[in-house]
Amino acid sequence: MATTLEKIKEGLDRSQPWMPNLFRVERIRKETYDTFTFDLETSDGAGCAFQPGQFNMLYIYGVGEVPISISGDPKNSRTLVHTIRAVGTVTKNMRQLKRGDLVGVRGPFGRPWPVEDAKGHDVIIVAGGIGLAPLRPVIYHLLAHREQYGKIILHYGARTPDDILFRQELETWRARFDFDVQVTVDRSTGSWQGNVGVVTLLIPKATFDPLQTIAMVCGPEIMMRFTVLELLKRDLTEENIFLSGERNMKCGIGHCGHCQFGHLFVCNDGPVFRYSDTADLFKKREI
Amino acid sequence: MNNSAKNDYPPGLIRADDLEHLLKALGAGGFRIQAPVIRDQSIVIDEIKSAGELPAGWTDEQNRGHYRIKRRSDNAYFGYVVGPYSWKKFLFPPSTAILEAKRTGNGFQVSAAAETVSPTAFFGIRPCDLRALQILDRVLIGSEYRDPIYQKRREQILIVAVNCTEPGGNCFCTSMESGPGAAEGYDIVLTEMIDAGQHNFLAQAGTERGNLILQQVPSEKATSDALKSAAEAVQMAARKISKKIDTADIKEMLYANAEHPRWEDVAKQCLSCANCTLVCPTCFCANIDDYTDLTGETATRVRRWDSCFTLDHSYIHGGSIRSSVRARYRQWLTHKLAAWHDQFGSSGCVGCGRCITWCPSGIDITEEVAAIRSGTVKAKAI
Ligand SMILES: Cc1cc2nc3c(=O)[nH]c(=O)nc-3n(C[C@H](O)[C@H](O)[C@H](O)COP(=O)(O)OP(=O)(O)OC[C@H]3O[C@@H](n4cnc5c(N)ncnc54)[C@H](O)[C@@H]3O)c2cc1C
Ligand code: SF4
Ligand code: SF4
Ligand code: FES
Repeated sequence: MATTLEKIKEGLDRSQPWMPNLFRVERIRKETYDTFTFDLETSDGAGCAFQPGQFNMLYIYGVGEVPISISGDPKNSRTLVHTIRAVGTVTKNMRQLKRGDLVGVRGPFGRPWPVEDAKGHDVIIVAGGIGLAPLRPVIYHLLAHREQYGKIILHYGARTPDDILFRQELETWRARFDFDVQVTVDRSTGSWQGNVGVVTLLIPKATFDPLQTIAMVCGPEIMMRFTVLELLKRDLTEENIFLSGERNMKCGIGHCGHCQFGHLFVCNDGPVFRYSDTADLFKKREI
Repeated sequence: MNNSAKNDYPPGLIRADDLEHLLKALGAGGFRIQAPVIRDQSIVIDEIKSAGELPAGWTDEQNRGHYRIKRRSDNAYFGYVVGPYSWKKFLFPPSTAILEAKRTGNGFQVSAAAETVSPTAFFGIRPCDLRALQILDRVLIGSEYRDPIYQKRREQILIVAVNCTEPGGNCFCTSMESGPGAAEGYDIVLTEMIDAGQHNFLAQAGTERGNLILQQVPSEKATSDALKSAAEAVQMAARKISKKIDTADIKEMLYANAEHPRWEDVAKQCLSCANCTLVCPTCFCANIDDYTDLTGETATRVRRWDSCFTLDHSYIHGGSIRSSVRARYRQWLTHKLAAWHDQFGSSGCVGCGRCITWCPSGIDITEEVAAIRSGTVKAKAI
């Protein structure tokens, strides 16, 4: 299939939404024992522009297609970066891919994190587990436009020290005086010297101006629920809290019905939601 | 698609014996004809060539969890309502290839699954089912992304609707404002009239192509008496409908009752079998499965109907979001009658009654809504 430059830049052809664009695996990095990152590029170098928080449907020949957030730098539209935890059929097959293999890409889909609305505000990012991957593009963006934001805080929780993603980058970020990075693990192992306990324990200690702060939260649903409670205790308003929803997804285009979250389609109306718009839904079980 | 009904075409009266000419005109116009037929003791939809294949003289008895066809006392061509199949199967097939991938060297190529679709007349589609098509149009081709499979097929459809003059036991189209008369979206609409030994169809074109077809059929000018009795027959049908859903503020009412004890009660009856979603003319949920041939040289992505009643529908790593039957039944009913308004600007239910007829437990959506609205039913203590 000839994929023209223009076509890829715009993402999907809206009248052929099942047709993936083909990208080649350029680099693979092991992040942890079960998580890896690959860089995807098109043969013509056109790549794909995206906004922080958007995701792609990634197709592996003959195996299947799953939603995966983009974890790379939005400034670099040549390369699509995805960070994937191998948990089941498709993601385990993805781990077997080698440099030069092809991946079908449909997207980018979804509403982004509010990096524009956050201008002039303090920003607190709270991530749990693989939830750091969809937030990494936000961090790249904030740091690239550092002067436009107030305080920037990252609270990141992983299960054990071995589960911590992007270790080197976290070290680099932590070394910056203008970025408050706190990492915690649920369970300490080996020589871990850092925080132990769930990520929500970090929130009471953070310093930010509650009325001028935007929070961006991504992780397991239960972790997001408790994070919201802590943030509200710190007097953040519901309007200033943003969460990322997770649902089964088979299409990304509002057609398969799987990602419904109340009246919302997570693929089109999310995955990033403003808490004040969705508080009712987040409070209901099995919605 | 040509849905803008213009009612300035002159209505004509076609004798029942001349219905064959309408089918001939459609055939001559290059249309294959899909119409109601009897198969395995039910009225389904299949290809026909002549009017003799229609279930003339038959009717269907429908009730909660009950369906039976039986003889009528007259020879009406359309003296029954809707069967277990809906027309959605032609536009949104139960199983269809959406993509083909072929191995090449160290990579693969993808192409849209090739298929040819031919012009087809939906002959005898009821007003509720016609509304269901308009609802599916909004879901699958009405927003930013357009489903090419649906679009290609939809463009080939000519609609010959039939107004209902005799409702079925589970019909509640009057509540959903989708029947018993078709308001729009047809190329031709027929009203069957049997009176004092006369058996005629009032035929009205809604589009120019419908008009051109009708011009090839022997007919006489419809008198004002004929127009009046056709209108009365449809009004009479509306009066005969006993089931209803009170749709006032139904969206807000259902959203506010997500924790109503009735969901628990109905979950005890519900087998979670997915019959209701499969027979529903608007349910659009689908799964994509992947297949490779034996050599591994080609891989196909196949889209199949799915249902929110399955556990897989909401599965994410670690478990299903809607693991209880209570949550799944609530998703189904709330999606149809409430969330659909937010998502697509209309109800997702047209009142065809299929989900009531084909529920092995005899659960009745109208009764569930009434119970939730009244709020009087308390969860039984276990
Ligand atoms: C918007 C969005 C962004 C995501 N971003 C990332 C990311 O950046 N990195 C990452 O590692 N994972 C991400 N996930 C989760 C990822 O999609 C699942 O881990 C993946 O679908 C599991 O598929 P599998 O075939 O390997 O697992 P299996 O357990 O074999 O899954 C079977 C099927 O269930 C569905 N499914 C299972 N788990 C999930 C899940 N968690 N979410 C949605 N569908 C699921 C899929 O359709 C899958 O094909 C994201 C999910 C969503 C909805
Ligand atoms: S929900 Fe039931 S009555 Fe409504 S359109 Fe679907 S099958 Fe028909
Ligand atoms: S979620 Fe359920 S009720 Fe809604 S379209 Fe899908 S199968 Fe039908
Ligand atoms: S992923 Fe199919 S509707 Fe959202």
